[in-house]
Amino acid sequence: MMDFVWLIPALPLLGFLILSLFNKYIPKAASGYIASAMLLGSFIIVLNLLCAAIGGTLPENVAHVEILNWIHAGKLDLSLSFQIDNLSVWFMSIITGVGFLIHVYSISYMHDDEGVTRYFSYLNLFVFSMLLLVMGSNYVVMFMGWEGVGLCSYLLIGFWFKNQAYNDAAKKAFIMNRIGDLGFLLGMLLIYNQFGSLEYSTVFNQAVTIINPNEPSGIIFAITILLFVGAMGKSAQIPLYTWLPDAMAGPTPVSALIHAATMVTAGIYMIARSNVLYSLAPCTLDIIYIIGTSTAILAALIGLTQTDIKKVLAYSTVSQLGFMFMAIGLGGYTAGVFHVTTHAFFKALLFLGAGSVIHAMGGEQDIRKMGGLMKKLPITFFTFIIATLAIAGIPPLAGFFSKDAILALAFEASPIKWGLGVFAALLTTFYMFRMLFLTFFGEFRGTTHQKEHLHESPLLMTIPLMILAALTVFSGFIDVPHVLGGHNWFSHYLAAANIALPEASHIPASTEFLLMGVALTLVVLVILTTYVLYVSKKTMPAASDSELSFLDKLSYNKFYVDEIYDAVIVKPLAFLSDFSSKVLEKLFIDRIVNFTGKSVQWSGKTIRFIQSGDVNIYAIFMVFGIVIILFINLILFLN
Amino acid sequence: MANIIFYILSGITLCSALFVILSKNPVYSVLSLVITFSCITGHMLLLSADFLAVVNLIVYAGAIMVLFLFVIMMLNLNDAAAQPGKPFLSKLAAFVAGGLLLISLVYLLKGQQTGHIDLSTLDNNFGSAQELGKILFNEFLLPFEITSVLFLSAMIGAVMLGKKDLKDY
Amino acid sequence: MSEYLVLCCILFSLGAFGVLIRRNILVMFMSIELMLNSVNLLLVYFSAIHNDQSGQVFVFFIMAVAAAEITIGLAILVMIFRHIGSIKIDSLKELKW
Repeated sequence: MMDFVWLIPALPLLGFLILSLFNKYIPKAASGYIASAMLLGSFIIVLNLLCAAIGGTLPENVAHVEILNWIHAGKLDLSLSFQIDNLSVWFMSIITGVGFLIHVYSISYMHDDEGVTRYFSYLNLFVFSMLLLVMGSNYVVMFMGWEGVGLCSYLLIGFWFKNQAYNDAAKKAFIMNRIGDLGFLLGMLLIYNQFGSLEYSTVFNQAVTIINPNEPSGIIFAITILLFVGAMGKSAQIPLYTWLPDAMAGPTPVSALIHAATMVTAGIYMIARSNVLYSLAPCTLDIIYIIGTSTAILAALIGLTQTDIKKVLAYSTVSQLGFMFMAIGLGGYTAGVFHVTTHAFFKALLFLGAGSVIHAMGGEQDIRKMGGLMKKLPITFFTFIIATLAIAGIPPLAGFFSKDAILALAFEASPIKWGLGVFAALLTTFYMFRMLFLTFFGEFRGTTHQKEHLHESPLLMTIPLMILAALTVFSGFIDVPHVLGGHNWFSHYLAAANIALPEASHIPASTEFLLMGVALTLVVLVILTTYVLYVSKKTMPAASDSELSFLDKLSYNKFYVDEIYDAVIVKPLAFLSDFSSKVLEKLFIDRIVNFTGKSVQWSGKTIRFIQSGDVNIYAIFMVFGIVIILFINLILFLN
Repeated sequence: MANIIFYILSGITLCSALFVILSKNPVYSVLSLVITFSCITGHMLLLSADFLAVVNLIVYAGAIMVLFLFVIMMLNLNDAAAQPGKPFLSKLAAFVAGGLLLISLVYLLKGQQTGHIDLSTLDNNFGSAQELGKILFNEFLLPFEITSVLFLSAMIGAVMLGKKDLKDY
Repeated sequence: MSEYLVLCCILFSLGAFGVLIRRNILVMFMSIELMLNSVNLLLVYFSAIHNDQSGQVFVFFIMAVAAAEITIGLAILVMIFRHIGSIKIDSLKELKW
């Protein structure tokens, strides 16, 4: 099995190379199949590994696979090597599995796009980078993948590069990510400085031995905070979350793959991977909790009033990512990774479903112009409602278990934290059902032309939907808590990957049942309210900005965060650049540059006469040179 | 006796060398160069280098000087006097450079301890063709053969360069 | 310091001075010969002092090389004259940019 590990990232890379190098010679229709086949190959190998991991028979020699010794300079010894343990195998299966489904979906979704080959080459490159990110056995390989997914995200958001707004969105994503990446890089350097290595095993072993968990350590705090800044950028947390909603400019399957299911969870993976460090820095965990919670609530509030189907899902993603960080902030790495898993399934399903709707509507994304799609798109509707129920946390769907795990953690910390979590969950429920009802219930509100063209998507698109729906239904059962008669299988699974088992719950079973009951009742109440609002009363989101109430307006305009960033960061920067270009550049830099040029010119003019072309003169200089050398000899050796 | 001959020879050598440099007409330069070389041959005889003295006379004062004269004759260079002189500054610079070189050379060799030559202590056959030949064909055989290759290439080079138009070949 | 040394130094400097001051390539060649001969004389002198005939062999080789050099040099000189019509060193200013 060890012999094939390197193939996992190599196959998508091969796909990328084939598709990008032979772009012109590959028929457009074939490119999707090539890309999917590559991914299927990786997925099969990963499945093998996953089976071994689940059975607990992951061979020892696979745990650390060295591909090549990369950089060897002084004390720095870096290798391009993979760490295959339960955690990375889990992520690899999500990436290749969901990735494969989305590839298949894209074959049909993108079939009439002219850049389809380019599209699939980017997708393959993305999967390659993401695999590198999760498979690496040191921070540098992770960083390589980290940058790679950032690049692919940029390329895919700006995939339709003829639209300037899309290009701007791509640039925004890239720049926001750069800020985070800088944090990550600094954190990495600090780790190297502190522990003299970037290899996970070495770093964690040293951290445990060097640092006393009872004394807060400044250096660990700095490292974890810097790494978290990286996670903030990639996983779209306050204050770096604004790129994710704009990233919806990319094709919908891209949103599903990158901006919902995989790439944005890189931050969670990184923190889960470094959980040893984070456990030593309780202060950082508190900060993560605060940021996660506020992101979850803020994004949910914004999501309440959005009218673009993909924007709603984007804010929902940000909010769910906030949930994951909330879990991690409470020390529940397992809960975080668990939520990543379930979220990957149902959010990919939601996005693909939305893609199917958009496909049927001929590119329309405004939910105000949809409605009544239930009958025309039965499969899409059915899978969509499963996903919506899952995200709202209705048992026994996946979302219920993962959200419940997080809420239980929160209650253990304090009831207020539980309250905040439930509040965010209720907001989620509200906007998700609002979208569901507006899209699939009621009367059709689009043009007659659109109505005639309404059709269910082809099988290539609906089959991935169905598979994802099945996963959404069943994936929750992997970590059924003790109260519900489960055995927390997933926690035990991850415990093998150096993630400490969560402490046994101190909450009495009755309280826990009560909490679940309360949360569930509230959720159902919210669903009913939403139903009454949007189906019975047929309330419509206002058509224009001016009709909104103040709070709605605030939410609709995303709390003006973009505008605040613009005023606080962009404008002063622009002013500074302006000042630099007009004053500093003209007065100082230009002069220095010109002076250099002029002095060279002047010296050239001055010394030019020596180069007279007169051989006698040259000979004279030569003789002078000889004389000087003779005298130097004299001074040096005779005295 | 040897001292007097040495000083006379030295005087002639330096005067004729000066004339080589300063004479406007290259033909006069060549002729005074022949005189200079003859004097140097005399010096060599004084130093008991008999064979070299003869070779010097034949090769330098004979063959090479004839070569110079041939070239002058072929090129018809007698209008040299009509050329304007060099600028004064250039001459001064050349003079200073030459003078400095002389000073530095003399200064450099000043400390050199050289015993007085006593020809009577030398070997009997010192500098004879026989003795030199022994050394040449024992110790210096390889350089000697290489020299012959050098001459061959010089000959071919001279012939090629002397062709009227190289493009024909 | 021996008289021979002084003589050779003066002769050498005279040769160098000739190279520097003359513009006629032919005379410059002669000056170079002058310098070579002064060195030859010096070598002969040292060989007599050290009672070692190897010095004379060197002189022999120097003569051989000088003869070859002069042959080629004069051939080049003839070429130059054919191309430029002059053997003044000033006329060879192609080296100047």
